Amino acid sequence: MAKYRVVHYINQFFAGIGGEEKAGHRPEVREKIVGPGLALNAGFKGEAEIVATVVCGDSYFNENLEEAKKEILGMVKKYNPDLFVAGPAFNAGRYGVACGTIADAVQSELGIPSISGMYIENPGADMFKSKTYIISTRDSAAGMRDAVAKLVPLALKLVKKEPIGSPEEEGYLERGIRKNYFAEQRGSERAVDMLINKLKGEEFTTEYPMPNFDRVEPNSAIKVLNEATIALVTSGGIVPKGNPDHIEASSASKYGKYDIEGIEDLTEDTFETAHGGYDPVYANKDADRVLPVDVLRDLEKEGKIGKLHRYYYATVGNGTSVANAKSYAAEFSKELKQDGVDAVILTST
Amino acid sequence: MRLELGYVLINDVQFGEVTKIEKGVLFVNKSELINLIKEDEHLKSVDVEIARPGESVRITPVKDVIEPRVKLEGEGGIFPGVLSKVQTVGSGKTNVLKGCAVVTTGKIVGFQEGIIDMTGPGADYTPFSKLNNVVLVCEPIDGLKQHDHERAIRFAGLKATQYLAEAAIDIEADTVEVYETLPLLQGINAYPDLPKVAYVLMLQSQGLMHDTYVYGVDAKQIVPTVLYPTELMDGAIISGNCVSACDKNTTYHHLNNPVIHDLFKQHGKEINFVGVIITNENVYLADKERSSDWAAKIAEFMGLDGVIVSQEGFGNPDTDLIMNCKKIEAKGIKTVIITDEYAGRDGASQSLADADKAADAVVTGGNANEVIVLPPMDKVIGTLDYSDIIAGGFDGSLSKDGTITVEIQAITGATNEMGFNKMSVTGF
Repeated sequence: MAKYRVVHYINQFFAGIGGEEKAGHRPEVREKIVGPGLALNAGFKGEAEIVATVVCGDSYFNENLEEAKKEILGMVKKYNPDLFVAGPAFNAGRYGVACGTIADAVQSELGIPSISGMYIENPGADMFKSKTYIISTRDSAAGMRDAVAKLVPLALKLVKKEPIGSPEEEGYLERGIRKNYFAEQRGSERAVDMLINKLKGEEFTTEYPMPNFDRVEPNSAIKVLNEATIALVTSGGIVPKGNPDHIEASSASKYGKYDIEGIEDLTEDTFETAHGGYDPVYANKDADRVLPVDVLRDLEKEGKIGKLHRYYYATVGNGTSVANAKSYAAEFSKELKQDGVDAVILTST
Repeated sequence: MRLELGYVLINDVQFGEVTKIEKGVLFVNKSELINLIKEDEHLKSVDVEIARPGESVRITPVKDVIEPRVKLEGEGGIFPGVLSKVQTVGSGKTNVLKGCAVVTTGKIVGFQEGIIDMTGPGADYTPFSKLNNVVLVCEPIDGLKQHDHERAIRFAGLKATQYLAEAAIDIEADTVEVYETLPLLQGINAYPDLPKVAYVLMLQSQGLMHDTYVYGVDAKQIVPTVLYPTELMDGAIISGNCVSACDKNTTYHHLNNPVIHDLFKQHGKEINFVGVIITNENVYLADKERSSDWAAKIAEFMGLDGVIVSQEGFGNPDTDLIMNCKKIEAKGIKTVIITDEYAGRDGASQSLADADKAADAVVTGGNANEVIVLPPMDKVIGTLDYSDIIAGGFDGSLSKDGTITVEIQAITGATNEMGFNKMSVTGF
């Protein structure tokens, strides 16, 4: 059976070119095994083989990101590998960022399975662990043996498209993908055990480590309100009667854009809510309670605002993932900007 | 307060001439039960069906699941302030029909909730697939307002349960369990060396189909207070909600609260379980602040060392959960919270709508967004008409052959936040 072809990426230091003073080294490719590649290649035990090594200085890569990425992608592509390995970078920060960037690019742009290795506190780890598999390593090259022992089996699984086990089983940094499983004990029993351990000051493992919570700073205030175009956006699910876009009652997979030109007031006959997360009776009776078109028309007439934007955007916030909500807003915010909207009133429920 | 629970094991339910229990079989006089439920002028039609474990039956949309219980000795009756007089319950003797339940179904508001599959992959996710279910299918009179309709169905379920439970009045229980909680100061003195622990039970109170009742009081109207754990076993708290059925506590959950049962198991051994603090999940910020302040204040007042907090629902109540956790931890009381997750269908999104570093001990009931394919069943009790619009469903959820592709969110009790199930989540 033919051996799997591997391209290996390392920095100037691990290639033996030099330290910080040589960090501006431009990308080059060597058709041989270099530095840490020896241990890696030995680890493959003949199942795979390093056919080329790409070497690039950390400063050059990070200061010429797009260019370096393009250059290196071209080099990798030429060798048509089955697998791309970057690093391991251990605790070297810029090297870690370079490894993560290039492994992610090779994977997403060339479709070649990629893997790297880093110490958990390497800034590159946090940036790229959700995008590419990163083996958890020690903080220095002294951990090379350990790293290879974990990296090789996972790399081969990726190449063979075999199922990947949990971070504990495979030794990679958790990628933040949540998957259900049936535990041995029911949840309440796990909670009681966890509390007893916490009370005793003994170790316990939370089942959901708290994320870094995303807080949005408000924009600066509108200076001239009576000339401003104001748009309405809601996660309260207000849609034209009949829910023409079939926005889901929960876990919305889309948002709607609706024309309210000439509409002075939302009535029971014309609008309703698609939201399944609150008592819909009052919103269905008068959708202005969630999307205040009537009040904004008044303000328009009184000259307090310039005008109400012709379209409003709506989705259902109920159970909708943060990632989806973010992507909807990113999309329609562009339209709002293009349409010259100065401010948005965002209503929830 | 001391309660003796007598478990009368029910292995099967059948229709019969007389409603009675014989050798583990519950016989139900169908027409008598229907006539009783139809006394409510708000209901146009009532039917009763039976669904047993392993049968190819799908029940949907499910509103509530209730376990039949009957009071033999002690003050008050089951469901005080609702079906019985508003006397304090939780002491004496109660018989439980273990292994069966009443399930209510029927169209309620715009969005219909809850699927129970009695077999197949979906059955693994709901505890109610393991019960012999007496299912009430109730249709309202024309033009009935939604709030009245919801109440009519809620009462239909409770009344049916009471009717069935009366069959167990003279039956000797197969097993008996005793639960006792002493008044606070005596309780603390009973185990002076063990850490004092209470359970903070958060009750859904966001509005129609999102309500809970405590001794008949809408939980929106309560301020946090203390209950003896056994009060819940006699139906002090009932469910009035089922939207996003995976993490709503049915009345069955309240009667069989797993946190209470598992705290009792460690009571006198590792911990001193002193009582239950109940609080709500109102939508107004002032209510959230007040209720979480009070929950923390009561925990401090009781001199607690630790608490378990269970949430009900998600999103808006995530903020109540984190407020409770943060404020109780700030009193120096060790806290464990039970929640579930909405991490997206791919599991890659942030799971909760709020977070705080004080929440360092979390138990999760599962990612409710995970998608499951429920193959068609031979029989549907209720209707599949709403499969595309239930919470967790989407356009095209229902295939022509009756297959439903939905998030597990739509399955009754799937990610329960009292920790009723074994499901959890791990990070990949």
